[in-house]
Amino acid sequence: MTRFSPARVLAVLRKESIQMRRDPATIGLTMILPLIQLFLFGYALNANPRHLPTALVSADHSRYERTVTAALANTGYFDIHPYPTVQEAQAALARGDVLFVLRIPPDFARSVDRGEKPSLLMEADATDPTAIAHATAAMTALNASVLNRDLPVSLQGEPVSPPYEAILHARYNPEQITALNIVPGLIGVVLSFSTMVITTLAITRERETGTMENLLAMPVRPVEVMLGKIVPYIGLGYAQTFLILAVAVLVFDVPVRGSVPLLLFALGVFIACNLALGFTFSTIATTQMQAQQLVQFALLPSFMLSGFLYPFYGMPAWARFIGEVLPLTHVLRICRGVLLKGNGLPEILPDLWPMALFAVAAGVVAAFSYHETLD
Amino acid sequence: MTALAIDVHDLRKSFGSLKVVDGLSLQVPEGEICGFLGGNGSGKTTTIRILCGLLTPDGGGGTCLGLDLIRRAPEIRRQVGYMTQRFSFYGDLTVAENLEFVAELYEIPNRRRAISQVLERMGLAPRAAQLAGALSGGWKQRMALAACLLHAPRLLLLDEPTAGVDAKARREFWDLITDMAAEGMTVLVSTHYMDEAERCQRIIYLAGGRLVVQGTAEAVVRDAQMVAFEATGPDLEAALRRLRPDPGVDSAAIFGHVLHVAGTDREAVVRAIWQPENQAGLEWREAQPRLDDVFVHLLRQSEGMS
Ligand SMILES: Nc1ncnc2c1ncn2[C@@H]1O[C@H](COP(=O)(O)OP(=O)(O)O)[C@@H](O)[C@H]1O
Ligand SMILES: [Mg+2]
Repeated sequence: MTRFSPARVLAVLRKESIQMRRDPATIGLTMILPLIQLFLFGYALNANPRHLPTALVSADHSRYERTVTAALANTGYFDIHPYPTVQEAQAALARGDVLFVLRIPPDFARSVDRGEKPSLLMEADATDPTAIAHATAAMTALNASVLNRDLPVSLQGEPVSPPYEAILHARYNPEQITALNIVPGLIGVVLSFSTMVITTLAITRERETGTMENLLAMPVRPVEVMLGKIVPYIGLGYAQTFLILAVAVLVFDVPVRGSVPLLLFALGVFIACNLALGFTFSTIATTQMQAQQLVQFALLPSFMLSGFLYPFYGMPAWARFIGEVLPLTHVLRICRGVLLKGNGLPEILPDLWPMALFAVAAGVVAAFSYHETLD
Repeated sequence: MTALAIDVHDLRKSFGSLKVVDGLSLQVPEGEICGFLGGNGSGKTTTIRILCGLLTPDGGGGTCLGLDLIRRAPEIRRQVGYMTQRFSFYGDLTVAENLEFVAELYEIPNRRRAISQVLERMGLAPRAAQLAGALSGGWKQRMALAACLLHAPRLLLLDEPTAGVDAKARREFWDLITDMAAEGMTVLVSTHYMDEAERCQRIIYLAGGRLVVQGTAEAVVRDAQMVAFEATGPDLEAALRRLRPDPGVDSAAIFGHVLHVAGTDREAVVRAIWQPENQAGLEWREAQPRLDDVFVHLLRQSEGMS
């Protein structure tokens, strides 16, 4: 039998690198794709939307009304639009033009001055509860502050708004927390997508252009082809990683509390998992189209069961079991752990070795699924 | 006696229910150029792939370069140069880069020298820096041949190397093959061109995955015992249309200004061309039967039997 030859791995590697260089469009795409995904997911998955259109129907134009609406607008959740009548405002709510209708009752100012605690009626479009959850929380908190603190202030004359705002910000601005949760997870999701997509081309491209027959006729072994084809893409995967990390830190303000080299090492293992899997798909599939479909097929459970979309510990036992096998689950925990909690090697080890095991297993499967004949 | 470069018996290969190679036995002596002929789909490519270990036969076996076809496939691959029917090098690599890749995979010592030698021999040196994908058909074939020769194989398997290449490039390509055979290389080359078949020392003709005939060109023609006549004159096409369906005529075709008719039964052929309308204005004379007359005849025979 032909012995394993590092020189041949190098030959395949060099050939792949040249082909990669000669195809800048694909390289560009593989760098832009993760960015687009990062921004799409980073903002689209934001479960805490702001600037929600709000109708204001006022039966009592007073400085208190101005205080309340200004405070609401200052939370950032409400964009206030005055409406002349309740009917028109409610029609706008039904059409979905506004998500809230705020009614200032008649004699609002007088009631406040008398200390009668008049109520402000806020109607909300609750068809999408998550969309308005944070806004209503902010509204409730604001109501309390306005009524509790406005009385003494109103007796003195001019209402002061800045103190309320400060209190609201401290207690109710969960937006940052959402982004912090999502973006480190996104690193894994985006990487698994972009790396797998490129490797699926590895073998199918040889097959579709007809070069496969020649490659098979030459004395190169499956492991050599696999390694030679995977290694250049690890480099590309790292380039993507740097890009994603940079955007995460610079745009989404994700803190880096742990060691970056450690994170890069863990991500390297994760990239290897994906490449081996992608390589396997590309040996199974006969066309690039089929390979892409296999990737979608593999990514779906990863999305669902890794704890990216839904909290991992909210899933039933069988789903968690599958989740534990998936590399994305582990890389998600590692990313969040290293970036947000400043975890070191001992803390991430329980997530690192299952991923390493997966990489090796996938590599073996990949090498075996590559047939040395055309049968 | 000379050793056999290819000696296989009763090869069989099916794809699903389609028997593509059906009990094929071949013997090719070392140092010969052997033409591999047969219509499209007759199983030439499949047979060549079996010979270089790219396909496992369903049945049968034998030796290639003295090595067992099935058990020692990796060793056979190292000593065989296989040129695929479809250009299968990397279009986005230059000629030199393609050759370097091949040389590295075969772990050829003195790579640079081996590459520059083969580039020189193929006349490819001025095009070494060109992208393979940008070469014309004829140069692509040369590059593919160069890549097959790098590791100094003892057996060349060329699958329709000159399909779609102009006449001059074809002739030059064949001059190269002839040179290499003179140096002791065995060449099995599939082709559709009769002029190429006539340059082969040995011919193997396949139909439906079965061997129809194998031997030297002269022996094949001689053994078929055919007679041929040629006519010149006006409106050869009309005569051709009349003669083709005639049961006495096995093969009829026009070559330039000559109508060529052949068959196995002299009397039947003569009767056909003696029809008055085939005599009008035409001038007939006896001719040498051609190789393709024999193939058409053998093909009809084998179709008649199955
Ligand atoms: N991998 C394959 N799967 C299914 N059918 C095949 C395959 N390869 C070849 N064939 C069929 O086998 C027949 C012989 O093909 P081939 O050996 O390429 O003939 P030739 O080279 O003489 O034209 C054709 O009908 C072809 O369609
Ligand atoms: Mg063919």
